[in-house]
Amino acid sequence: MEIVSRPHGRNLVRWARDRERVVVLSADLTSSCEADEFREAYPDRFFSLGMAEQNMMGFAAGLAREGYFPFVHTFAVFICRRPFDQVAMSIAYSNLPARLIGFLPGVTTPGGATHQAIDDLGLMRILPNMTILECGDATEVESVLDVAQSVNGPVYVRMLRGDVPRLFPSSEPMRLNACRELGDGDDVAIVSSGICTEEAMRAVPALRARGVSVRHLHVSTHKPFDDPAILDAVTTARRGVITLENHTIIGGLGSAVAERMAESGAGARLIRLGLRDTFAHGASRPYLMRKYGLDAVALVGAVEDLIGDRLGIAADAIPAAPPPPLSHAVKVEDL
Amino acid sequence: MTESIRQAIAMVPTETGTDTAWIARACRIASSVRRRVLEHTVKHNGGYLSQACSAAEILATLYARVMRLGPSAGPLAPLPFPGVPSACNPCAFTGAAYNGPRAPHLDRFIFSPVHYALVLYSVLIEIGRLAPDALDRFNTDGSTLELIGAEHSPGHEVTAGSLGQAISQAAGIALARRLRGDTGRVWVFMSDGEFEEGQTWEAFAAAAYHRLDGLGVYVDANGQQCDGRMDTVMNIEPLKARLEAFGAEVHEVDGHDPAALAEPAERDRRGKPIVVIARTDPCRGIDLLRRRAPRLHYVRLKSDEERGAFRDALGGGAERETGHGDR
Repeated sequence: MEIVSRPHGRNLVRWARDRERVVVLSADLTSSCEADEFREAYPDRFFSLGMAEQNMMGFAAGLAREGYFPFVHTFAVFICRRPFDQVAMSIAYSNLPARLIGFLPGVTTPGGATHQAIDDLGLMRILPNMTILECGDATEVESVLDVAQSVNGPVYVRMLRGDVPRLFPSSEPMRLNACRELGDGDDVAIVSSGICTEEAMRAVPALRARGVSVRHLHVSTHKPFDDPAILDAVTTARRGVITLENHTIIGGLGSAVAERMAESGAGARLIRLGLRDTFAHGASRPYLMRKYGLDAVALVGAVEDLIGDRLGIAADAIPAAPPPPLSHAVKVEDL
Repeated sequence: MTESIRQAIAMVPTETGTDTAWIARACRIASSVRRRVLEHTVKHNGGYLSQACSAAEILATLYARVMRLGPSAGPLAPLPFPGVPSACNPCAFTGAAYNGPRAPHLDRFIFSPVHYALVLYSVLIEIGRLAPDALDRFNTDGSTLELIGAEHSPGHEVTAGSLGQAISQAAGIALARRLRGDTGRVWVFMSDGEFEEGQTWEAFAAAAYHRLDGLGVYVDANGQQCDGRMDTVMNIEPLKARLEAFGAEVHEVDGHDPAALAEPAERDRRGKPIVVIARTDPCRGIDLLRRRAPRLHYVRLKSDEERGAFRDALGGGAERETGHGDR
């Protein structure tokens, strides 16, 4: 599998080259959010606003009102938690085209509860006018800016940084409100997002080898959330539906799927895998994914629960996540 | 004295020179605004009355002298609420049309403490940008003349009811205007209570750091907030020194003196955001209000006796002015 180093940082420079109304705002996390290459390339379009996110959201609103496209770069927690009122009232209410690029989703950082955005999807999902995108691989990182820019209104992007695997071909960019069909089947429907899709892609072959017919959908648009593929999957899965997300199970993908199922009258069982109404803590990503049940092993367990049988899948039947490349462009401990 | 020097002196504009007609006009607007808000408060048994008392000259001076605005592009009879802004609501609008068209050389007005909305609507009436009967729609269902103004309300451009947010938005607008090369300025009207919000200080730090000298802020320093006198709630003083320490150019003036209010805006821009701290009296022009101190934030008239007293104030205590708009 190809691992792409700093795909966002490089793509942002390329993408913004001829878009002169694109400006970047940063709150002291410029290299941490891979906006440093933009700053070097277009210093006149880069604005440092210091560690002051509430004010930064107001600046973004003002710039957006004047016809600029502010791309706010900071950690997801500092977009969704601290300046929530500013995002709601200065940006979302007025439907301004600010692009909020949030880094360190969920357990991707060892930075602990203060740095891990486990609730960002829920917080942004309840805001009227907000569109929500999440990147699951390098191809999506490289195409998410086009999707965001196509939206008439504010967009929150759950972004990945550093060494990012390429799961989807470069020729298949992210599309707004369109799931990726990663496998067809009618026993169980798996709906995954973000870094959890890679986990699901490693579990699905082992499940199929045991005769389980699995449909696998990858979600990169959390709002709007009305792709007919979701409804089709949850109504055709005979044994039930599993959601797998790097987020608390309240308010994110699991909740969105539950809402669709309930409103459509789909009578299937739903297992929501994710953080079970708990904060996480500072530790490595594989450790946290295992501990909180966000990984391939947890997914196999949920499938067994739905079909009411042990599948006897040995741990070594699930390929391990690839080790980090030797180059390792971004050390995760370097916040 | 040579002829050339005499000519040069004659060309220097002075505050007290020939151009003083606007001062009388600003005072007339301010008195009429007080009277109109008082009438409205008596009629509806309540209102944000002390804000009219404190801010009347500030807003009158902004509109009569300080701001370079084109003619209003808003209808004299305000339109009904068009729905909240969204991608599927092409009908949404802002109340900025009442402050004239957008143009590179024209100023913009950002109204921050939007519970002063009744005062701003009254100013717009007195200067002929809203019809005299527009207040009949104040705080009525489906009207844009909401109790707490929002971006669709006449004279408003941003949704600022969560206090301390407008200054950051105005700074963003000022930054955008500088990027575009506009010469017009961005004027913000704020209340002193907003200097208790941390965001306000974030905004001044950033505006000074980015040298946004197109940003000008008028503060109604009336020393009052919801809970009562500000110094019994939280201290923001010394406000001038604090703002200067943050990098602003600060002028502290008598907030009921139009000439003093306007003077700082006539100086050359010097690389810093400017702030005019307008020291004001929350009971100015309506002495009867002083009995209610320190609870002046929203004046509710509870008894017939109170209603009668304020009605009598209309007859004598308040400064009498013409009822029709000053255009």
